Amino acid sequence: MADLSVNIAGVEFKNPVIPASGVFGYGREYEQLFPLSALGGIATKGTTGQQRLGNPAPRIAETPSGILNSVGLQNPGIDAFLERELPNLLTKDTVILANIAGSTVEECVSVAEKLNDTNVHMIELNISCPNVKQGGAAFGVHCESAEAVTAAVRKTTNKPLIVKLSPNVTSITEIAKAVEFAGADAVSLINTLLGMRINIETKRPILHNNVGGMSGPAIFPLAVRMVWQTSEAISIPIIGIGGISTGADAIEMMMAGASAVQVGATIFTDPYAPIHIIEEMNDWLDMHNISSIKEIIGTVQPW
Amino acid sequence: MAYQQILAPILQKETLAKRIFRFVVFGAPLAEVAQPGQFVHILPPMSTLRRPISICEIDKKQGTLTLVFEIKGEGTRALSQLNPGDTMNILGPLGHGFTLLPEAEHVVLVGGGIGNPPMLSLTNFYGKRATAICGFHSANIVMLQSEFQSTGAKTILCTDDGTVGRKGLVIQPLQEILESQKVDMIYACGPHIMLKCTAHAAQVFDVPCEVSLEERMGCGIGACLVCACELEQNGEKRTGHVCKDGPVFRAEEVVW
Repeated sequence: MADLSVNIAGVEFKNPVIPASGVFGYGREYEQLFPLSALGGIATKGTTGQQRLGNPAPRIAETPSGILNSVGLQNPGIDAFLERELPNLLTKDTVILANIAGSTVEECVSVAEKLNDTNVHMIELNISCPNVKQGGAAFGVHCESAEAVTAAVRKTTNKPLIVKLSPNVTSITEIAKAVEFAGADAVSLINTLLGMRINIETKRPILHNNVGGMSGPAIFPLAVRMVWQTSEAISIPIIGIGGISTGADAIEMMMAGASAVQVGATIFTDPYAPIHIIEEMNDWLDMHNISSIKEIIGTVQPW
Repeated sequence: MAYQQILAPILQKETLAKRIFRFVVFGAPLAEVAQPGQFVHILPPMSTLRRPISICEIDKKQGTLTLVFEIKGEGTRALSQLNPGDTMNILGPLGHGFTLLPEAEHVVLVGGGIGNPPMLSLTNFYGKRATAICGFHSANIVMLQSEFQSTGAKTILCTDDGTVGRKGLVIQPLQEILESQKVDMIYACGPHIMLKCTAHAAQVFDVPCEVSLEERMGCGIGACLVCACELEQNGEKRTGHVCKDGPVFRAEEVVW
């Protein structure tokens, strides 16, 4: 049994596997299948200042080895999250990453502020949601706005701050450097890639939002590349996200430079995927006589 | 909420009509708790997403579920290529099903096309107290008629083109029944427009009505929020989710 624990920005995770924001709600539905305490952490559904109803359906489509989604940040708002979901989550013996978003810098700041008086372990600031018209990815595609919103939330929050980055940019490393400079304790990447499918019989896009975020195994190589490039560019820890569906994928992502991983689409394929990935990582480490997962972080040997 | 994921052995496979298949799978733990109107979320080979398929029949004694689906795309095509001896990766039973009224004297079931299979589990419950109105585009896709009849239910077959049964839409015989007979409940599953018309007729005749909705799904258990539908209660609109709040809804809470 290898030591799977990792530490990100002073927060101890029992293992590096975290269901990504959006696929896992607040854990209630998956708790019927396995104890949440088995997880390294949980990134909660993106929470905004007020309730959001999200986009009209259809909100999902399958693509070769992947999916497109356009939920549009549907969530009950920060007050409902604090009242109805967070207290329950904090009893689950796992790290809680409160994923927050907003249409304006002020909204992000006010949501972060409301989390100050809670025992939530970390904040994951989403500056990369591709499915909302204002805010969301708009912050994440320019260094100046990414830096400004990060700095504003940094000033407000007393929690370790992770900033979740968009891949829909010319250079993700430049954005990563900007948020590191603005005081982020870690970055998580990648959010979904903007995509589109069209029903050729009706000439209608399958998603009612026309476009949506692509995730799943198809984007894994892109995510590994971006994590590796980013790890060369910054010195704060990285949480690797994008198409991870096996323990081997998670090991690969950590070799590329990630200190932990988030898993998303694969949970739709197999609701037990996070548990299987943890077991497979442990088996791989045992097979290679590696006593701690920390020993593999960033160990890729580039040509 | 007692769902689980199992690899269910396929016991029987049959082509019911063009592009429409019936599978009987062994899944005792699921059959044990499944209710009419619930669905299962099936992972087709090589797919990333599961496909929600309504449960056609539940045999608690044999521990089997009967699933009927139509090839709509790549996922259902891959599912249709499975055979007895293979297994189906099934998550379920999911959602909440139809409200069953043990005391009801007469209920009407309205099915349109591939919306007919889930009605069969209701006729198994109500037997001769049910009138099943089964609508199809044309004779070549009519299915499950002997199964409906063997439950003792009165059946009315309609086709849009009149190639078999009554010519016309299911809404006509529904209206005739509502005008002439006492009905305790209407259940419906089928195309959106058929559900809308059924809901309207139910409202006019002041009969309770439940409809089964369909939407593209992600997780199937209420976490990912992709299968959104617009609901209304006491004049206040809200976003519901077909997988968890449905797939069966009271007709008056759906925003048509």
